[in-house]
Amino acid sequence: MKKKALIAGLSAVAIVASLAACSGGGEGGTTNAKPTNCTNKIVNADAPVVSVWAWYPNMATVVDNFNNSHDDVQVCWTVAGQGADEYAKLQTAVSAGKGAPDVVMLETDQLTGFEIQEALVDISEYGANDVKGNFAEGAWGDVSQGDAVYAIPIDGGPMAMIYRKDIFEQFGITPPTTWEEYEAAAQTVKDAGGPFFGNLGSNVPAALTALMQQNGAVPFEYDLADPQKISINLDSPEVQEVMDYWAGLVEKGLIGTEDQFTTDYISGVVGGKYATYVSAAWAPGYLTGAGVGQGDDAGLFAVAPLPQWDVDNPVSVNWGGSTLAVTSQAGDKELAAKVAIELYADEPSLTDGWKTQTIFPLNKDVLTSDEFVNNEVEFFGGQTANRDVYVPAADAYEGTTYSPFSVYYYAQLQAQLVKISAGDVGGAQAATDLQDIIVKYAQEQGFTVE
Amino acid sequence: MADVATAPATKPATRKRTARERQHSRTGWLFVAPFGVVFVVFLVTPLVYAFYLSLFSKGLATGTAFAGVNNYIRAFTDPSFLKGVWFVVRFSIVLIPVQMLVSLAAALVLDNLTNRFARFARLMIFLPYAVPAVIGALMWGFLYSPSFGPLEQLFGADAPFLLSPDNIFYGLMNVVTWQWAGYYMIIIYAALRGIDPTIYEAAKIDGANAWQVALRIKIPMVRSALVLILVFALIGTLQFFTEPQVLGPVANGTITPDFTPNIYAFNLAFKYAQFNYASAISFSLGAIVFVGVYIFLFVTRKRGSVL
Repeated sequence: MKKKALIAGLSAVAIVASLAACSGGGEGGTTNAKPTNCTNKIVNADAPVVSVWAWYPNMATVVDNFNNSHDDVQVCWTVAGQGADEYAKLQTAVSAGKGAPDVVMLETDQLTGFEIQEALVDISEYGANDVKGNFAEGAWGDVSQGDAVYAIPIDGGPMAMIYRKDIFEQFGITPPTTWEEYEAAAQTVKDAGGPFFGNLGSNVPAALTALMQQNGAVPFEYDLADPQKISINLDSPEVQEVMDYWAGLVEKGLIGTEDQFTTDYISGVVGGKYATYVSAAWAPGYLTGAGVGQGDDAGLFAVAPLPQWDVDNPVSVNWGGSTLAVTSQAGDKELAAKVAIELYADEPSLTDGWKTQTIFPLNKDVLTSDEFVNNEVEFFGGQTANRDVYVPAADAYEGTTYSPFSVYYYAQLQAQLVKISAGDVGGAQAATDLQDIIVKYAQEQGFTVE
Repeated sequence: MADVATAPATKPATRKRTARERQHSRTGWLFVAPFGVVFVVFLVTPLVYAFYLSLFSKGLATGTAFAGVNNYIRAFTDPSFLKGVWFVVRFSIVLIPVQMLVSLAAALVLDNLTNRFARFARLMIFLPYAVPAVIGALMWGFLYSPSFGPLEQLFGADAPFLLSPDNIFYGLMNVVTWQWAGYYMIIIYAALRGIDPTIYEAAKIDGANAWQVALRIKIPMVRSALVLILVFALIGTLQFFTEPQVLGPVANGTITPDFTPNIYAFNLAFKYAQFNYASAISFSLGAIVFVGVYIFLFVTRKRGSVL
């Protein structure tokens, strides 16, 4: 009997001990202890370490470049997921009050949402303004609120129209310069029995938001200096016009309604199902990675500036693009700011980034360098796409004010786009519905809506 | 069944506990301890904490404040939540009978066959359950693809998209039935094997044919197994999450962030940073599942027994 009790007791102890071991293992993410589970190699073992979450495809090279050139600080890099996956993890860490990295990669439209939760550090006091001159005003405006700077811009996504030269030649059309011409060209192609002219993916609400801004819409007005106040203008005539335009293209059967970045969509792009792809400067790199424009399709693509609403007053807009921010959970904020400022700022890293087409850099040194500007892009059959299209678009970009609840806003816009695609609702009506939903949400979250 | 299991092994002669009995009871607790610790740490504590969270509210622009039952009032007037609940209820009403018919039919057929094919078929029908739900859903995502799935080869450009807003109900039903019918089939099959064969002999002597044996003897005798799988299916379906979550990215936006209550709670917590409200949604869903299952068990209880 004694023996049995002993065994039972021991097994209970063993299980409790193993549980304790499990829960103990989860605390490795805090900042003061040296992080050990890095994806990269720490070159200088004596230097303090700053943890970084980022998903740039060439991040391994970038981190090695940084660690090899710094004796005073080393980067410990992890991929915590791309985009939404990483934001969910960061959000959980912010809510929990621990577990966030020192430096985190965020897209510009996510910054305000984390700023309002006081999850990011104002790095202007740690020398961020020293590199302000490296970036265009629009790009810098996206990462700053007044004098406060919450992130360092790395890459951007000036928008343009990618098109298939073979389809344009076949149907005898030239790249449209206005949205009116875009629709007319789409009609021509359709009447001649051609493929879809473009695509409205419900899962790219950020792209559609950029297109609204191109028409002069200002969906959100928000200033962290007065964090409880927001104005929401999603039912303005400018937004309604853009929504009606795209809903009209869908209704007339001129464009597809496939979600983008899916296997189905990519196979459509490869098969010439879409004559144009209205997208950002990072798209060629993405498409190349997905196997588009290779073999028989090589050199079929070209790029033209984004069609305009008013040719006399052209507007450039941006879709995507990311930054490095310092979290308020960082152990040594000054050191973390140094990493954010210098990590993806050295010449070899930036050159590797744009040569592998994984980023469209925002650093002016690159944007003005002869090699970058006159680069003949292979994906576009040797077209000097940077000089012709992307650099002017990036230079003309004026910045955006994002709402502090981008994720929610995008989800609701996506729901409206699904309804438009299904023909359940018109464009203007969708804009009005969206306005009501977002205003209600903002009020629930304690904002004063103006 | 209940009478056999609860028959007391010892006589309650004297109620005074001896030292030996106390020793026994201590040992018993020690044996229960490993389970008890896991149960408390991983089930009770999170539940209590989630309930505690659900009593507060926190907006992006405001601090945390005690909300009492406000989150619950909001949940039961939230169109997103109610729409999700309505979807899973409708889904259960259609899915569960289909699932049970398929699994019951498969079990009855397999019970009648005794050749090698039966064993092979049993394995094949069970196999989808052995495929992880995520992998299964990914696989169906490809099969449903309008540009390179088998439907495209059958119908060409006019192939129906089974994840479109009009078709998603049936598209998901197919996936879930495929995934779970084999598992339920095994439960029913095991119950069928437990029936005394002499009953069949007696029925045959009385002139019953195979249909009558199946409908009048076999099905009534596996009734408790059917109730069991019904409860399993009901709980699982009301908490529907994995398949729509995995199919979301390929469903062209049909699967919204509030598609089912569980998906809604997940998105509220991890995408919109509303842990408090998400907890309230989870508890509300738990209450609905509990009430649903209780009503069901009450309706199907055996005559004379009280639940």
